Amino acid sequence: MTALPEHTQKKLGLVIDLDTCVGCHACVISCKGWNTENYGAPLSDQDPYGEPSGTFLNRVHSYEVQPEEGAAQLIHFPKSCLHCEDAPCVTVCPTGASYKRVEDGIVLVNESDCIGCGLCAWACPYGARELDQAEGVMKKCTLCVDRIYNENLPEEDREPACVRTCPAGARHFGDLGDPDSDVSQLVAERGGMDLMPEQGTKPVNKYLPPRPKDQMDQIDVLAPFLEPVAEETKGFLGWLDKTLEKL
Amino acid sequence: MTQQQPRINTSPKVSDEVRKTTCYMCACRCGINVHMKDGKVAYIEGNRDHPVNKGVLCAKGSAGIMQVNAPSRLRAPLKRVGPRGSGQFEEISWDEALEMATGWLEPIRNEAPEKLAFFTGRDQSQSFTSFWAQNFGTPNYAAHGGFCSVNMAAAGIYTMGGAFWEFGQPDWDHTKLFMIFGVAEDHDSNPIKMGIGKIKARGAKVIGVNPIRSGYNAVADDWVGITPGTDGLFILALVHELLRAGKIDLDYLARYTNAPVLVNRDSKSPEYGLFLRDDDGKPLVVDRNTGKLTAFDTPGVKPDLHATHRHAGITHRPVMHLLASRYLDKKYAPDTVADQCGIKPEKIKAIAAEIARVAFEEEIVLEREWTDFRGEKHSVMKGRPVSFHSMRGISAHSNGFQTCRALHVLQILLGSVEVPGGFRFKPPYPKPVSAHPTPHCKVTPDMPLDGPHLGFVRGPEDLALKDDGTPIRIDKAFTWENPMSSHGMMHMVISNAHAGDPYKIDTLFMYMANMSWNSSMNTSGVIEMLTDKDEDGEYKIPHIIYSDAYSSEMVAYADLILPDTTYLERHDCISLLDRPICEADAAADAIRWPVIEPDRDVRGFQTVLVQLANKMKLPGFTNEDGSAKFEDYADYITNHERKPGIGPLAGWRLGKNGLTHGRGAPNGSQIQSYIANGGFFVKHIPQEASYMKPWNMDYQNWAVEMGIFDSPQPYVFDLYVETMRHFQLAAEGHGEHQPPDHLRERIKSTMDPLPIWYPPIEDTHVDLEEYPVHALTQRPMAMYHSWGSQNAWLRQIHGHNPLYLPTKLWEMHSFGEGDWARVSSVHGEITIPVAHMAALNENTVWTWNAIGKRKGAWALKEDAPEATKGFLLNHLIHELLPPKGDGLRWSNSDPITGQAAWFDLRVKIEKVDAPAESQPEMPPIQSPVGTGPDELTWKVGQ
Repeated sequence: MTALPEHTQKKLGLVIDLDTCVGCHACVISCKGWNTENYGAPLSDQDPYGEPSGTFLNRVHSYEVQPEEGAAQLIHFPKSCLHCEDAPCVTVCPTGASYKRVEDGIVLVNESDCIGCGLCAWACPYGARELDQAEGVMKKCTLCVDRIYNENLPEEDREPACVRTCPAGARHFGDLGDPDSDVSQLVAERGGMDLMPEQGTKPVNKYLPPRPKDQMDQIDVLAPFLEPVAEETKGFLGWLDKTLEKL
Repeated sequence: MTQQQPRINTSPKVSDEVRKTTCYMCACRCGINVHMKDGKVAYIEGNRDHPVNKGVLCAKGSAGIMQVNAPSRLRAPLKRVGPRGSGQFEEISWDEALEMATGWLEPIRNEAPEKLAFFTGRDQSQSFTSFWAQNFGTPNYAAHGGFCSVNMAAAGIYTMGGAFWEFGQPDWDHTKLFMIFGVAEDHDSNPIKMGIGKIKARGAKVIGVNPIRSGYNAVADDWVGITPGTDGLFILALVHELLRAGKIDLDYLARYTNAPVLVNRDSKSPEYGLFLRDDDGKPLVVDRNTGKLTAFDTPGVKPDLHATHRHAGITHRPVMHLLASRYLDKKYAPDTVADQCGIKPEKIKAIAAEIARVAFEEEIVLEREWTDFRGEKHSVMKGRPVSFHSMRGISAHSNGFQTCRALHVLQILLGSVEVPGGFRFKPPYPKPVSAHPTPHCKVTPDMPLDGPHLGFVRGPEDLALKDDGTPIRIDKAFTWENPMSSHGMMHMVISNAHAGDPYKIDTLFMYMANMSWNSSMNTSGVIEMLTDKDEDGEYKIPHIIYSDAYSSEMVAYADLILPDTTYLERHDCISLLDRPICEADAAADAIRWPVIEPDRDVRGFQTVLVQLANKMKLPGFTNEDGSAKFEDYADYITNHERKPGIGPLAGWRLGKNGLTHGRGAPNGSQIQSYIANGGFFVKHIPQEASYMKPWNMDYQNWAVEMGIFDSPQPYVFDLYVETMRHFQLAAEGHGEHQPPDHLRERIKSTMDPLPIWYPPIEDTHVDLEEYPVHALTQRPMAMYHSWGSQNAWLRQIHGHNPLYLPTKLWEMHSFGEGDWARVSSVHGEITIPVAHMAALNENTVWTWNAIGKRKGAWALKEDAPEATKGFLLNHLIHELLPPKGDGLRWSNSDPITGQAAWFDLRVKIEKVDAPAESQPEMPPIQSPVGTGPDELTWKVGQ
């Protein structure tokens, strides 16, 4: 068993806007690229040119929602480690390889101590950890811990790769422990939500819900339709002449 | 256990060096930072300074590293040694390869240049490849626009001097209502996502019109799940509503469009439907100040949208009258079109009301002075913040040209084109038809063609026809069958060449075009054509040369393979002469340069074309003393001049007093300057020139200074396209250029100078009771326009492509998870896996395009899901429509432009037992490169 810190100085995490995510998978691949080349073992791919299965720290799922009335909707749902405050993946770890950082709350795996037992993946209710088949160690989102403080990167690039690359601007990074931070403000404004709060994990990452859709199908709440100026050409031309006179 | 945190290095070295170049994972052409370690590519990210992507990058772009290390990469030139289609090749030297190619090409050029058909697919160097073809002398050149989106491009140019995507973009910073039609998840990639993000951050509204609610349509606030092929009808119903309510911008229409231009309305006149013009040929309007006839561009004129004019006993009415009487007709009323479009009439009315509200009640005014082409000064720029974007979904139908026209007309009636908050052109657009060439096709052995192949016809006199009326081009572009085929018709080349109709060719030369697989209709038929032999046992298409970087399905069907490099190993230019990467506020161009050297015996295709040109001493490539002008493509990029002072790249040219931009002499260090600037050049448009560009003299003068035009080219938008009326008049029997009789009725009915809607032509050739279902494809965002799905990372996202069925069909046929279906069209059948999708038009099925791969191609293993469960809808689509008893075979394309009508497809569906693999199951081809490794643990900096 591994202990969680009683308190972290910051709660760094992601805010993901489900109203804006178009499901393009840009975050998935930039994550794969950065984390293959950087922190720990590369994210390997088995049978990459046959029936492939590889390690990803971030995946985008798509879910359909069928309201009782009206058209079905499709929600793109990016999912990676939520860096929970009460992270069951940490407390279950038999070697101390999984830990939550005191200074920023990032949940990391120390690969040299990881025995690949898989208990943490089993304990995570979100399915956010993947055991790398080539290296035999557990891989998970590091919140790009090797980018966000990296003095070899220009300051503007010190953010997770997935945030830097997101074309629609649907991913935001910051300190969710600071109520005045941009991300906390965004969460407050848009009603940001925890994923599966009933699990009691207190995830740091937040999701901004999609705005209400298909309002135009609810015709009665709309402004009135356009008032005709004419129904036929002759009447229209009369209106035209009068209106031109006023221009 | 106590808290013991490991110490980790949070500032590791990221790379040795960053090399900035241009992505080629799709057609978007974003700027990329290539991080190098030990001379190898370690990581790719977006370039924050780049005008296209401003730092972001899509999944394809980040996966570029897997494209460079792909096992499917060709290694050396290949000569076919087995029968065509077997995949049996031997590697040969470049000397032998070039010798073989010129051995076929030289005699053709000396005797009959048209016997070379040179078609380039996903080509981003068309101003160069067309220059090569022109100097070779063949009339048979085009790229892939004819089977992609020519309807959108041509309709835009003919209507308003530009279309969407590369031509222009919504005013993302000001628009308040954005409406997107028929855009799958692509065209273009990052800028649309960035734009939607901006709009959403402001709380502005997005309406998506698409039978499929995925991608951009999934995030749209309102979704219109329209019936495929009825977009034109829906748009004209919006026009009907807006006209009826007087919600159109009369001032804009009078000043900046041909709405006030007078049209001959005497049906007996040979000029019926043509404009009344003055002695200089200028269209005439009535001046509302004086009541007199006046040229439309006269300073001080106030063009009248209302007054008619009687001249020589003939009544002339302004276009505005014709437009009103056409679209006020009840046949365009929401209640009339609703069922056909699959949209409730209330919803059509609500959308029209919302468009009108935003356009006319949320007007934007920018305090910027400007002067129009009539010399009038304006103190502000007034905007109607409704914008549109549209692409292949409405384009790839046989009614696509008129539908695209309708959309452009809708924007213009609102006064939302080139105004704040509306749609904005990107240089070198706006560019009217009059500033484009006409098609050229005069062939002389041993001589260049008489001008550029592709262009915009002004009337029947510009068609590419021989004196006997037969087509000059192998693809039959610019003929009476499809007069305005401005991008050529690549999809007809192989079937026409195989049939020897209009003539036989000797050599088919293609680049990056997977014609024996996903880029052709009727895939199995095309494979037969490529391998078919005549009585002498010779192939009907005698020689096929193909260039590709990868072991695609097409490789097996060529006789000679010229292996290309990847985009990180080559020079390229993304030129203002070609398909630009400009922004609405700036002109921009870019280069690629070899950030790594190839590790194998491959050469950039454009350099190979230079080498072939040099061997044949093609005129534009040869100095007067017989020496070669260019050593390779980089040399051409630097030193070629299209006209004095104008070359492929606009940045860092040599002026009289040092470096300059736009016009200037070639600069030997130009490419170095581009590299130093991050791989691109950008020149911002002055604020006072940034909107109202077609009429804004500050913009026009800036464009001349930049070398975009030689003189100012102001113009008005063509709501009414007189060129189309010229073709109708010919079909009615007027003029010396006459269509064949069997085409007269079709030309009369389809080439209407004001937008019309007619049902997709396949609907009139098949039994809709038997084939009631629409079938579509989309490219996924993570693969749009990327060359192959063999990319190890991307194929883990989209390695399967079930056919998605809407709830109604899913339940009607009692499908369950894991089931398979036989899907048949009048042309063929496939048996494939199905899946349920609720957010879908109830009569439409769809799948991801080009996921299915042939066994043996792309270095994939034979059990790859793309090869066992993947499939193509192409097997169901024929390049010709089924016979309908008139003795003719009509082409499955738009009758105006020849655009391939992919999305007209009608099918029926039956539940069947699951076969072992998707059907038809094509036999494997032998891979010239073997298959990929069993595991990837890619890390450059270990």
